[in-house]
Amino acid sequence: MNIHAIKAIYRFEMARTGRTIFQSIVSPVLSTSLYFIVFGAAIGSRISEVDGVSYGAFIVPGLIMLSLLTQSVSNASFGIYFPRFTGTIYEVLSAPVSYLEIVIAYVGAAATKAIIVGLIILATAGLFVPLEIQHPAWMMLFLVLTAITFSLLGFILGIWADNFEKLQFVPLLIITPLAFLGGSFYSISMLPPFWQTVTLFNPVVYLISGFRWSFYGQADVGVEVSLAMTFVFLFACLAVIAWIFKTGYRLKA
Amino acid sequence: MAPILSISGLSKTYDTGFQALKSVSLDIEKGEVFALLGPNGAGKTTLISIICGIVNGTGGSVTVDGHDIVRDFRAARSLIGLVPQELTTDAFETVWATVSFSRGLFGKPKAPAIVEKVLRDLSLWDKKDSKLMTLSGGMKRRVLIAKALAHEPRVLFLDEPTAGVDVELRRDMWRVIRELRDTGVTIILTTHYIEEAEEMADRVGVINKGEIVLVENKAELMRKLGRKQLTLHLADPLDAIPGALAAHNLELSGDGSELVYTYDTQGERTGITALLQDLNTAGIRFRDLQTRQSSLEEIFVNLVRTPS
Repeated sequence: MNIHAIKAIYRFEMARTGRTIFQSIVSPVLSTSLYFIVFGAAIGSRISEVDGVSYGAFIVPGLIMLSLLTQSVSNASFGIYFPRFTGTIYEVLSAPVSYLEIVIAYVGAAATKAIIVGLIILATAGLFVPLEIQHPAWMMLFLVLTAITFSLLGFILGIWADNFEKLQFVPLLIITPLAFLGGSFYSISMLPPFWQTVTLFNPVVYLISGFRWSFYGQADVGVEVSLAMTFVFLFACLAVIAWIFKTGYRLKA
Repeated sequence: MAPILSISGLSKTYDTGFQALKSVSLDIEKGEVFALLGPNGAGKTTLISIICGIVNGTGGSVTVDGHDIVRDFRAARSLIGLVPQELTTDAFETVWATVSFSRGLFGKPKAPAIVEKVLRDLSLWDKKDSKLMTLSGGMKRRVLIAKALAHEPRVLFLDEPTAGVDVELRRDMWRVIRELRDTGVTIILTTHYIEEAEEMADRVGVINKGEIVLVENKAELMRKLGRKQLTLHLADPLDAIPGALAAHNLELSGDGSELVYTYDTQGERTGITALLQDLNTAGIRFRDLQTRQSSLEEIFVNLVRTPS
């Protein structure tokens, strides 16, 4: 294992975060605070409790997930796309590093940043609603697994994209709708039966459900199912990445 | 002594169908400076890219100090440093950070003293805290060399190292390359500048249309393929070349004061003796004479132009 290389890439990526601290941390915190003001305080005060939890508190896990997903995808995709774009990727390709090490470094850094953002949002939420986390260990587990899974997805995106438009396209047009429709702001049980079934095809439902369970002990689907589905997505992304490196897709001619 | 780099039957066909390399075989000896010459699109960069792991070869094999570049890529690549042709650098990193990054990437523990030495050798020390985007093109080129040297490679590839570099910096780089060779680093450089190969190289390889056309000791190459010219400064100008001398390959200069005789050093007889005798017989006297050997550039142009 080329530990020095993993550290070098990881540090490089984290330094990039440090340089763009405003964009990286302040903007998700700001937008989340706005969600709280609009949905939590203004509209939420007119909504009755959901599953015995005040609406403001109910949306906390969903909001964290929303940011976690978009942050993971955009961090990881940008992290690998940019060196491809500028050409500096040559150095990583010519270095004595294995594909696994490259993935660990880039995805690890993207996930770390997303988790930091997630925790900051959690702390921000604490300013608006009383926080209650029934299963902190599970919460961290879902947080970490989701960040890793979607950072892997972002890594795939960053390799697939051949222009900046595509790089923006997936988070904007796919991840955000999936997160919104995945129960960030409502319980699946509020939907008509037909749409409840449709929703079960949305992978994000399982992530949000499991995450919410770790807060309030209540979920749309069983926590075991959530965990299993998270792993399914994780391994699906790993399989795609394995294929990418095996074929050299968009990395090596 | 086993070669440090051994390329055998290496070929590359891109997805577009373009055949960039056609079964290239080449051995590079430890400690030599090897110049790879070739026109644009000859396959120089493809060859280097395959050895360094940036492009996948289609056929053949390469070993670096006995390590196969695919099966044993870690060992092979950790011996190699690559200075790419394009000036690709991160914009916001500092010189120090980017050079240290390269060292780590190649699996070496932090060593500020080594990074400092590399930066000092390349006259980059006073720029160590500068962001890369603030540097001039020549300075960026130095940074790329520093990055390639940060992990103390045994083989250094320089892909057109002095493209777009001013004369002073070019001489500076030649000095750096010589110093590196003195420490035992094997250097393979591609270049358009024949002057560079002539100045630096121990051996020269010429690649054209994906094939190695020739590999030769530089001095030997120049001796073998060099055409020589003998210029005779005449005591009395001539109007035309006298009929008695028509058998010789002669040219008369515009003002008729010089006769230029071109001969091939590869030929068994240069014909100089016969020419001088005939001149004597014809009563043509000369004040002075000089010979001139063609440069590597002329040799190269001839090689690449000749249909193979």
